[in-house]
Amino acid sequence: MSGLLSWMIFLPLIGAIVALFMPKDNHRLIRGVAFVATLLPLILTVVLLAQYDPSTAEFQFVEKAAWIPGLNVNYHLGADGIAVPMLALTTLLSFLAALVSFNITKRVKEYFAFFLLLETGMLGVFASLDFFLFYVFWEVMLVPMYFLIGIWGGPRKEYAAIKFFLYTLFGSIFMLVAVLALYFTSTPHSLSIIEHIQRAPQMTRGFQLFAFVFFFIAFAIKIPTLPFHTWLPDAHVEAPTAVSVLLAGVLLKMGTYGLLRISFPMFPEATRFFAWPMAILGVAGIIYGAMVCMAQTDLKKLVAYSSVSHMGYCLVGMAAVGSVAGISGCMFQMVSHGLITGALFTLVGVIYDRAHTREINAFGGMWIKVPVYSGIMILFVLGSLGLPGLSGFVSEFMVFLGAFPYFKITVAIGVVGVLLTAAYFLRMIQKMFLGPVAGHTAELTEINFREIVAVTPLAILMIALGIYPALLSNLIQPTIENLVRLIGAGA
Amino acid sequence: MLSYAWLIPVFPLCAMAVIMLLTHRNRVVSAALSITAVSIAFLYAWAIAFTVWGNPEVQRFSFDWLNLGPSMHIPIGIQIDGLTAMMLIVVTTVALMVQIYSLGYMHGDPRFSRYYAFLSLFTMAMLTLVLADNFFLMFVAWELVGLASYLLIGFWFEKQSASDAGKKAFITTRLGDLGFIIGLLMIYTGCGTLTFGGVFDAVKTGVLGGAFLTTAAIFLFGGAIGKSAQVPLHVWLPDAMEGPTPVWAVIHAATMVVAGVYLVARSLTIFMGAETAAMTVAWIGIITSLMAASIGLVQNDIKRVLAFSTVSQLGYMIMALGLGGFTAGTFHLMTHAFFKSLLFLGAGSVIHAVHTNDIREMGGLHAKMKTTSITFLIAAFAIAGIFPLSGFWSKDEIVASTLGHPVFTVLTLLVAFMTAFYMFRLYFLTFTGTPRDKHKFEHAHESPKVMTYPLIFLAVLSVVSGWIGLPWLHHGFSSVVYHHEPHHAEFHYGLAAISLLVGLSGIGLAYLMYYKRRIDPDRIATSMSGLYNTLLNKYYFDEAYEVLVIKPYYVMCQGWFWFDQHIIDGLVNGAGAFGVLWGRFQRWADETFVDGAVNGIGWLTRGFGATIRYLQTGSLQNYAFIVFAALVILWILR
Repeated sequence: MSGLLSWMIFLPLIGAIVALFMPKDNHRLIRGVAFVATLLPLILTVVLLAQYDPSTAEFQFVEKAAWIPGLNVNYHLGADGIAVPMLALTTLLSFLAALVSFNITKRVKEYFAFFLLLETGMLGVFASLDFFLFYVFWEVMLVPMYFLIGIWGGPRKEYAAIKFFLYTLFGSIFMLVAVLALYFTSTPHSLSIIEHIQRAPQMTRGFQLFAFVFFFIAFAIKIPTLPFHTWLPDAHVEAPTAVSVLLAGVLLKMGTYGLLRISFPMFPEATRFFAWPMAILGVAGIIYGAMVCMAQTDLKKLVAYSSVSHMGYCLVGMAAVGSVAGISGCMFQMVSHGLITGALFTLVGVIYDRAHTREINAFGGMWIKVPVYSGIMILFVLGSLGLPGLSGFVSEFMVFLGAFPYFKITVAIGVVGVLLTAAYFLRMIQKMFLGPVAGHTAELTEINFREIVAVTPLAILMIALGIYPALLSNLIQPTIENLVRLIGAGA
Repeated sequence: MLSYAWLIPVFPLCAMAVIMLLTHRNRVVSAALSITAVSIAFLYAWAIAFTVWGNPEVQRFSFDWLNLGPSMHIPIGIQIDGLTAMMLIVVTTVALMVQIYSLGYMHGDPRFSRYYAFLSLFTMAMLTLVLADNFFLMFVAWELVGLASYLLIGFWFEKQSASDAGKKAFITTRLGDLGFIIGLLMIYTGCGTLTFGGVFDAVKTGVLGGAFLTTAAIFLFGGAIGKSAQVPLHVWLPDAMEGPTPVWAVIHAATMVVAGVYLVARSLTIFMGAETAAMTVAWIGIITSLMAASIGLVQNDIKRVLAFSTVSQLGYMIMALGLGGFTAGTFHLMTHAFFKSLLFLGAGSVIHAVHTNDIREMGGLHAKMKTTSITFLIAAFAIAGIFPLSGFWSKDEIVASTLGHPVFTVLTLLVAFMTAFYMFRLYFLTFTGTPRDKHKFEHAHESPKVMTYPLIFLAVLSVVSGWIGLPWLHHGFSSVVYHHEPHHAEFHYGLAAISLLVGLSGIGLAYLMYYKRRIDPDRIATSMSGLYNTLLNKYYFDEAYEVLVIKPYYVMCQGWFWFDQHIIDGLVNGAGAFGVLWGRFQRWADETFVDGAVNGIGWLTRGFGATIRYLQTGSLQNYAFIVFAALVILWILR
């Protein structure tokens, strides 16, 4: 099938346009459009996975056409072992988040139009091989996200939306400067990511350091790493449930994806130079995030801060720049965190819909009152705290094993995060699920069929990757081996 | 036979899955499934044991679980040798007995099916742990065991104390697991493999050695400290009695807590290659043993006495292993599993009858529950190390392993004395004398057969299981667990006599104090109230953790959150506010200066125009006058 990636990216956009033509009060019809427009890319993902040849690091499904010839801008798409899992995660989470959004009743038409536009932006980022295109999608994503938080969000939605928007935009400016620098230092002027990776050995050390730092600011805000993370709790907490799912599940991964796609292969010398600082930042994020989680009283904020902690593992893993295990661990953590945190946000939304509060202390004994919900929640929490047999453990172990030979003491400190994570999650479980029935628990009703459907695929994948990680590692291994080679090749 | 041994943990796993997903509404089917699964595993374990003991070759089966090249290559698989076979028998035997016993004990519990599902999960994890052929799979099972114990300890989670205890157990053992993880990372970094064979070869050939190996070994031992409740991480085990009593037997007597002992035994090659680490192990073991035994002397809760007894006996095993007594440690592991689970189940039977844990409210129960009393007495004799019960033989090996380290020998005998004393204090106070609580005594009754039969079965094992170590059998127990390098202390008649004497004197003292009442225990307690209170409060470990670790950590977390909100986010908001202020300033500057300049020019022009306007009067006289005036001025200037 030719143009597979284009279809994947633009089907949601077509859906958004179609949705705009629907009568505004026919919610069923609009939801139907959104359902189809997110389901089709998911089906295409299956095709993508089936056709993807995992034995090579080459870009596949490449589409290339001149777009603005005067500036040497091309419409250039392609996917490799780093992009394919991210595309799959995006289409899956978008579909499930669309299901989760079916309980939205306010301005349904606009909601789904923005939602679908957001999916187009996200998929575009993961498939672009041209800086211009990459930057366009990167910014396209911001706009619907701004409105989704700002209109359908919680009490402090305006503040959160503006903070998210400006913070990301602030980072994008640095990226833009670096992209322009790359453009004007290349002859002929080029915006092709692949070409810049190829000319990496010719870049001077000073230029690499400069460009790496500028890109890193943009990506670090997205991940987010310490100390650029404070937009995250606000945005995640104020956003409607489905948007939190996408924020945590997909948007955060763009930071780490950008580093792996652009910074690492393009500036290998700078990457090696900054490896240790990245490991320190990662470990600091793990420990700091976990400690801040311990002080949370709002369940959604706890999950939000746990993302800060868990994305720290990604940074530690990728800091092990010479290790296939470390960078694979980073990829695993990106996927695993997307699955688990996506589900956790969905499940937080489930009780918020019913009790209209997320205060941890407002609940107690939920395992008695809503056993099915509690069982599912505890399963995902166990995944998040790295229980063996679930995907979180695999990624943490890969990260540690990959990074330990390089940063022994730093990683050993990071291992403490495993304990701190257990501490805050078990504290939450004890307060909300164990003990006698208390507080708002009495108002809760059992999780419904639609909500179960929304988290079941995530649970299955979490368990499957936990038991048999080769499902994913086979897909990414050649690409990551190639990446490790590229990073080492600049010496 | 052996090549399908991986099926052993699969049976309980399937039982768990089926119960959770399908039969959880049907109590009878759920229990039947679980018991059937563990019975199959039990029979399979015996079959394997006879195969292995007849043909002492290590069998390994493995496949690549994850292969990312040299940076991470993890094959997982199972290995079967004498030690594994012995552990399989111990685990399946106790698990089977406990599951049968639970039919009676948990009868009527609303979450009966879930209970069996969790027990199956636990059994599965524990069996995987002992079958693993590498540290990685062992760690995976290790954590699953931890999960199962969390769920089972907190099984009656409506009770605050139960859910507290579950959390405490999970987090405390996980603290030890940090050491386990770091140890694994070091080992993998050092030799590129985690399979037992590969790692031990690396130690033997010197690839791993020196300070690196010592550090790795001590970290690895951290895992054992947590799981096997050694000082200073022993605090979770006494609290874990909040769970259902049978659970407590399976977790704390036979299986979970010995996982740490098993870890040390399995990786003894590593510890023997790192002498400092081995001595650390031995010291931690004996300190734990002494401390726990001394606490056991004064506790009044029947379960608590047994809990500290377990901690103490685990310390024994750990110490023996640290001193190189592989056979001693593993032998005692086995015999202890039988007599201690018997003690726990006996205590459960008593609690089931009188509905209290406090031995001060018991007394004279022998008259009401003969089977429980007699089996309990057998177990007490066994743990006291009285000939010819199982504990005698294994304890003797432990004492023998301390030869050459006189300090250890003395302390070991001291612990033996205290053990005998507190066990018989417990026995006399519970089963003999006059009932101290008439009402509870009236209602007491012997437990149903489904509970007493497992007691009898375990009592038989508590007697005979030590006979493998008979001195006139070639190599004794070592031939069961340790084929390749015979490593067996010769049976030492002199030591045996001494330790028997020590045990008997402990019993004698208890007899005088609590049966004959010749010595008043209360007088001793009041005369040494400082020591007594320290022991009663378990050396204030819990209080110290609360004050030194938990509270400060929590305060620190609050502090970081404050820092996050007010400093980091304050900077962000400050930057935003600065942007807004700057914008306002610019607007003001715009309005004042830029607009001012523009307006000023406009105003000037208008003003100028307004002034000039007066010249344009349209009157010829004026114009004529101006022309005339101009001519005059020009003429003057000329």
